[in-house]
Amino acid sequence: MHELSIAQALVEQIEAAATKEHAKRVVRVVITVGALSGVDPEALRSLFPLVAEDTVTADAELVVEPVSARVRCRACGREEAAETSFLRCSVCGSRDVELIAGRELHIKTVELEIDER
Amino acid sequence: MCKDCGCSVDPNVHSHHGVVHSHQHTHGQAHAHPHEHPHDFPHKHPHEHVPAVASETRTVEIQQKILSRNDEQAELNRAWLKAHGVVAVNLISSPGTGKTYLLERTLEGLRGKISCAVITGDQRTDNDARRLQGKGAQVRQIETINACHLDAEQVGRLLPEIAGDGVQLLFIENVGNLVCPAAFDLGETFKIALLSTTEGEDKPVKYPTLFSAAPVAVLTKMDLAPHLDWDVATCRSNLRQVRPGVFIFELSAKTGLGMEAWLDYLIKLVE
Repeated sequence: MHELSIAQALVEQIEAAATKEHAKRVVRVVITVGALSGVDPEALRSLFPLVAEDTVTADAELVVEPVSARVRCRACGREEAAETSFLRCSVCGSRDVELIAGRELHIKTVELEIDER
Repeated sequence: MCKDCGCSVDPNVHSHHGVVHSHQHTHGQAHAHPHEHPHDFPHKHPHEHVPAVASETRTVEIQQKILSRNDEQAELNRAWLKAHGVVAVNLISSPGTGKTYLLERTLEGLRGKISCAVITGDQRTDNDARRLQGKGAQVRQIETINACHLDAEQVGRLLPEIAGDGVQLLFIENVGNLVCPAAFDLGETFKIALLSTTEGEDKPVKYPTLFSAAPVAVLTKMDLAPHLDWDVATCRSNLRQVRPGVFIFELSAKTGLGMEAWLDYLIKLVE
């Protein structure tokens, strides 16, 4: 259940961004979660409000954008989406592929409510 | 939240002394909303009168790793290890794969050949550290209490006391868990995934997060394979499916099968 650590790290970073911008409230947070990140989006979604309680992030909506695994074939150069349980090139069948996406666990954007000054 | 543009202006519904009215605020506009009682009227309920400043909603691009704090510490650990000439391997597997037993035999085999240290992580007890004592290596236990993984900060704190002073190879025995430890970079040189013959041959495809991240895999308890109808070829194929080109060791720490190749490999790592 490392999603708790992930949720804590996430809220910490959102709080830092909100403080920097003098925001009074965080409205929405968009994160990307790769198929090979090892993170369960549902677990993260349910822990997020618990961790965010009593912070400016408390009522924020958490939007999770999934990212598929992608490989680049070293034999034919093709780049394509791949099954996480079977990384190979669908065109030439080569298993000599390099993982180029799927490990993401990033904050993309934070939507903040800020007093106009 | 506004359904049209996603801004934070709420359709407000509130009550003034039993008079309920709802009104729609327009975007970003500062305005007074009149109500029937005078403002010197003593009343207890708090309500926000229209602020002198209106609010705006702004979207800020962050584009940061969620675990950036851990990753930054991991990079510090990596730099420290490099500066001190230490190769660090992060051993990850499910509980019961035989990580500690393999380490016991490994430390005995490497004794007098290369200088080793061990950081071992469990939720509770220092049983593993005690098992590994007296084999010529510095050993430290991390009790994670409730956490299911080691993090870079826990490891970084121990590095100066355990891995300085000529240590060449640091084993980090992670908490037994196939999922969580894979997400936390500790600053290791690389990860080693372990899998025993008492587990299914399909573990690699069931848990691709770990097995795709480890350039080296160790199949343990190989002496049991014949008794378990465990098919090594299937397992190797599954490992290659999630990590093309993975380097695979087959061994039994108990019988010594495959241990020589494993020990030679570790010695070559630090040369």
